[in-house]
Amino acid sequence: MSVFNFFRRQRSAPVARERLQILLSHERTAHGHPDLLGILRGEILAALGKHITVDQDNVVVRMDRGAKLSTLEIEVAIPHSAARVGEAASGHGVAA
Amino acid sequence: MPKVLVVTSGKGGVGKTTSTAALGAALAQTGQKVAVVDFDVGLRNLDLVLGAERRVVFDLINVVQGVARLSQALIRDKRLDTLWLLPASQTRDKDALTEAGVASVIKELRTKFDWVVCDSPAGIERGATLAMRFADEAVIVTNPEVSSVRDSDRIIGLLDSKTEKAERGERVEKHILITRYDAQRAGRGEMLSINDVLEILSTPLLGVIPESQEVLRASNVGLPVTLSDPAAAPARAYVEAARRLKGEEVAMTIHAERRRFIDKLFGRAA
Repeated sequence: MSVFNFFRRQRSAPVARERLQILLSHERTAHGHPDLLGILRGEILAALGKHITVDQDNVVVRMDRGAKLSTLEIEVAIPHSAARVGEAASGHGVAA
Repeated sequence: MPKVLVVTSGKGGVGKTTSTAALGAALAQTGQKVAVVDFDVGLRNLDLVLGAERRVVFDLINVVQGVARLSQALIRDKRLDTLWLLPASQTRDKDALTEAGVASVIKELRTKFDWVVCDSPAGIERGATLAMRFADEAVIVTNPEVSSVRDSDRIIGLLDSKTEKAERGERVEKHILITRYDAQRAGRGEMLSINDVLEILSTPLLGVIPESQEVLRASNVGLPVTLSDPAAAPARAYVEAARRLKGEEVAMTIHAERRRFIDKLFGRAA
């Protein structure tokens, strides 16, 4: 075992500790309920659904739960045939 | 021809999740397209061992219930672009996993991947039987220790009776993976030897993973052990086991920790 490996090995526990703290803070608040990111995801997709026919196959959702910052990415491919212009209260506001 | 592999053991804490991650990564490192599926509903951990815990969006039950498409629930590994994870649900009722639902997910996974590696929960209840239900092959993770060997024997019985293949009169191909092996203690007669285990279970050997500090280090940082330190003894042992799964003839070597390794050749084929 090299000296480098020795120090590298010493450092893994703090990484484990930090990963667990982030994960558990999200899981504890989410206990029994959908988390904030999950709620936002649902409502954003519902809002899109008012204007277009959302095909789940065209939706990619990515999340990254961080300690101070989480990200939610929703990528929606909108075929022109999916637009429900005229059906919705407003035909504007949907950018393909 | 895609293969569905279940990693199972009966007993908990013997290394199923570590082995699923390591074998899945080792297969993916050879260019095969691999999906690892966590069946431990309510107690998922494969995401954590693979370092993907922050990126879980949907899970196996969401797919079974039609809430999400399979493509939406699969998470691509950040280091290996041929490795994908289908996480277990952390909060939902485990009864939500139905046999028909699992069948359809496995069927779809077969069309997209070369290997579908199912990480079974401990025990012999529903989750464990569903994880093995559609398997073509099984890796039975066993520690050289009496209770683990006994539970492996129970699991072998289930693989031979409760799987779809067994019910069709076919056989699930079974392999023993011995983990946490300490060659020195076995040599001193303090631990069951490899031959003891194989003789008792009458099942061929896939590989021997030595007891190693590297396994804990890898899970601490969220990497499969084959990626965290490819030169480490357990990483080499998993890579060789994965090659045997692919049908290659690889001589059985017992890797020992700290770069020293005692080569031992076994007459048995894997």
